Amino acid sequence: MPKKEFENDSKTLEQLKHLGKKIKNQLEDPEEEDLTFDTQVRSRSNVEYDEEEGRLALGDSYSTRKFLNISHARKFMQTLMVASKTKELIESGRTAAIREVYYQLKHSVPGLDENTFEDQDESNNVVVDIETATGAIREDLHLFAEKKGSLFGPVVINDSGDEIDCMNMGTSGLAIPSIVDHYEFVECDADFILLVETSAMVNRLVEEDFHEEMNAVVISAGGQPSRGVRRLVNIMHNRLDLPVYVFTDGDPWGYYIYSVLKSGSMSLAFQSDRLATPDAKLIGMTMEDIDEYGLEHVTEDLKGKPEGNGGPSKDYKRIHDVMDYEWMQNDQWQNQFQKMLDKGVRVEQQALAANSLEFVANTYLPEKIENEEFLN
Amino acid sequence: MPNGVEEGMEAEGGDHREISVAEFFEKNKHLLGFENAQKSIITVVKEAVDNSLDACEQDDIVPEVQVIIDEYDDKKCRVEIRDNAIGLDRETIPKVFGKLLYGSKFHKLQQSRGQQGIGISASAMYAQLTTGEPVTVYSKQEDEPCHRFVVRIDTEKNEPEILEDEVIEPESDEFPGDKDYYFDHGTTIEMNIEAKYTRGHHSVRNYLKHTAIMNPYARVVLKEPDGNKIEYPRVSNELPEKPKEIKPHLHGVELGVVLRMVDNSNARTVSSFLQKEFTRVGRTSAEEVCEQAEIESGRRPNTLDKDEIEQLLKAAENVNLQSPPTDCLSPIGADLMEKGLKKELNPEFTETITRKPTVYKGNPFQVEVGLAWGGDIEDEGSFEELRYANKVPLLYKKSACVTTKAIENVSWNRYNISQTGNRPQGPLYISIHIASVWVPFTSEGKEAVANYDPIRKEMKLALQEAGRKLGRYLKRKERKEIQEKKKRQLTSYAKEMAPAIAALADEGNEEEMENKIQKLVHDDYNPEQL
Repeated sequence: MPKKEFENDSKTLEQLKHLGKKIKNQLEDPEEEDLTFDTQVRSRSNVEYDEEEGRLALGDSYSTRKFLNISHARKFMQTLMVASKTKELIESGRTAAIREVYYQLKHSVPGLDENTFEDQDESNNVVVDIETATGAIREDLHLFAEKKGSLFGPVVINDSGDEIDCMNMGTSGLAIPSIVDHYEFVECDADFILLVETSAMVNRLVEEDFHEEMNAVVISAGGQPSRGVRRLVNIMHNRLDLPVYVFTDGDPWGYYIYSVLKSGSMSLAFQSDRLATPDAKLIGMTMEDIDEYGLEHVTEDLKGKPEGNGGPSKDYKRIHDVMDYEWMQNDQWQNQFQKMLDKGVRVEQQALAANSLEFVANTYLPEKIENEEFLN
Repeated sequence: MPNGVEEGMEAEGGDHREISVAEFFEKNKHLLGFENAQKSIITVVKEAVDNSLDACEQDDIVPEVQVIIDEYDDKKCRVEIRDNAIGLDRETIPKVFGKLLYGSKFHKLQQSRGQQGIGISASAMYAQLTTGEPVTVYSKQEDEPCHRFVVRIDTEKNEPEILEDEVIEPESDEFPGDKDYYFDHGTTIEMNIEAKYTRGHHSVRNYLKHTAIMNPYARVVLKEPDGNKIEYPRVSNELPEKPKEIKPHLHGVELGVVLRMVDNSNARTVSSFLQKEFTRVGRTSAEEVCEQAEIESGRRPNTLDKDEIEQLLKAAENVNLQSPPTDCLSPIGADLMEKGLKKELNPEFTETITRKPTVYKGNPFQVEVGLAWGGDIEDEGSFEELRYANKVPLLYKKSACVTTKAIENVSWNRYNISQTGNRPQGPLYISIHIASVWVPFTSEGKEAVANYDPIRKEMKLALQEAGRKLGRYLKRKERKEIQEKKKRQLTSYAKEMAPAIAALADEGNEEEMENKIQKLVHDDYNPEQL
């Protein structure tokens, strides 16, 4: 494969070099008693909802990481190690999985009973730190994540010179990588994008030829959508002008998946402009579907205890959490959650199979799209 | 002398002269510490060792005690205890070892170990009843020949019966000094008893270890049946101050004691009886007590009946009497206690506290505590407790003892000691000593001290004082460890970081950078700061 040279490489290198110089200057300054760098606070307290844009944004709070603070020291070391590794990647024109970086840098720290990194979560967190400290994003740093999610539908993509026809991908589909910015859309006959929570449901839709019949790009998220999936939906929506419908379980977890795709997530709020698709709409499952499609006997009871009755805990707590988010403050959503609480049940996508296997592909989704019955 | 036992004995002696002491012993053996073979051997050793230590201290001799135990048959042991006290004279020996309840200690109010046992003659009785064999005693006084007696108790008459009485030449094979040591003066007892020699908490070995901790000026040697020899070394030649004898105080004395005092007193009037036989009673107080009790102060004391004496004691409660003097107490002192803990436990930290004497119900008492933490002490979860009354270890009935209650009353986690329930955890020994002329035991067995508020309070205060010191030590140690760990971590991290910084900045020398980071780490290190 050719060397990977990205558009932003020289800028990214400057950003990394700047971080190194900053630390070096601190070392050389006799007045300095510590080593520090600043990173944006990524906790909920520093996340704001931009109503106009319809997405989350990071506020202005910065926190200073200090080497001589024992609760920062380890992370401080890890950050510099990962930063230096990404600089090496860019300079050598390679990309690496964050898991590979983790294994490249993991070793026992001499003299201590610990490793530089104990698990991949540690290195993943550090990568986000570097993103906010330098302003370069993960893709700019030549880092990618495991593929997650898959795509089917009438679209032809040029990936680094190879053309991929996503209509002819059998039952596997196009595995979605974490970097999709270089994709070029050669052809597109699709009418809309359908993002689906579970891959089992996507399998069902593909088996029923839903993508073909409905001219749909069907994407499976496999749970919470990855950065790659979210970025792909974002660029396809913007470049191809396709409406986006999200199809999740009717529960707080499903609705939060929708919310992340639509408005962004709190931990990656600084990239919402790249990752969020504020125009996305929820097609189902809604609480009304239970009545409408006769699913009363296939709902699941909410787990945990309701508020005022020893709770809220588990599912109930999650409902209250999500309900309270600033970007969930509209009547439609409050209404959904309230109904969920009142009925004490949740409803899964696959509950539709109670009618028949093909019901979801032949009846449920087409009816909803035709009637434009969406939550927004 | 266990409360009650003596009175029962006297009553029985009075009404039924012919009741055998053997029967009395059988009836009371649970009170005397002979309820089973495992405990009996501890009791035998305890009685003898306590006597030896008391005898040595009485004459300012730094004690040397040897305990030799051999198993000679199934569940039978030969026990030999030697000391280097001044020895006993020829007339006393048969009575001490051959007459149950002989002895002076329980008629005197003086702090001593012996008040906690029935006397060595009970051991002799036990030997006689379980193996049928008499007791052999060797005694040597300075510049005198060594006497050897073989004594048995005539169980009908409660009188000693001397089977053998001879002088032993130092050259003779039988001379005890011929074995592996020689004392110029001292006493050796040998007896064969039914016994089960065990290890563990309730064992001779543990008893002697506890004894050695509280008596660090004694050298104690134990030879176990398997030939194993354990020496508890002497670490001080300084004996604690000798306790003074004290007369009883009207506020704390028991009816039975007064009954006996009335019989033995040569005072002519009740008033002079009170003044002469009790501490802190002057003429005015004596008259006041009599007046309140409505008893003629000029009566002869031996005309008082039991009810009248009770009346007197009741009346005395309402009369203001000065507290008893406290110089009758002999604590071992913080220094000696520390030496004892250090030599036997080799802890990392030791703190000992001797409280000032105080009084409960007319009885002076004094509390001493010691905490020993870390070092060779193993962390076995819960702490270990060392309980003493008048320097004598208490091994049984721990949970009923005021010491345990006092420990549970302290909030140990305030002193950086973790707690499970109320019990402190970790590599910790807590030693508590109560010194008193009259230790209030919970029962005749004299195995636990009663949970009286003033005693528990004194113990708690002492534990808290020592606990605060331990807490400070642990906090400082913890801080130092945190700072040292931090330094260790940062030093290692610096090695990983230096090349990364050089690579990121595209310039700079790795080694130079590491040195600079190490200097920051070094300047930051301060073991006193959290």
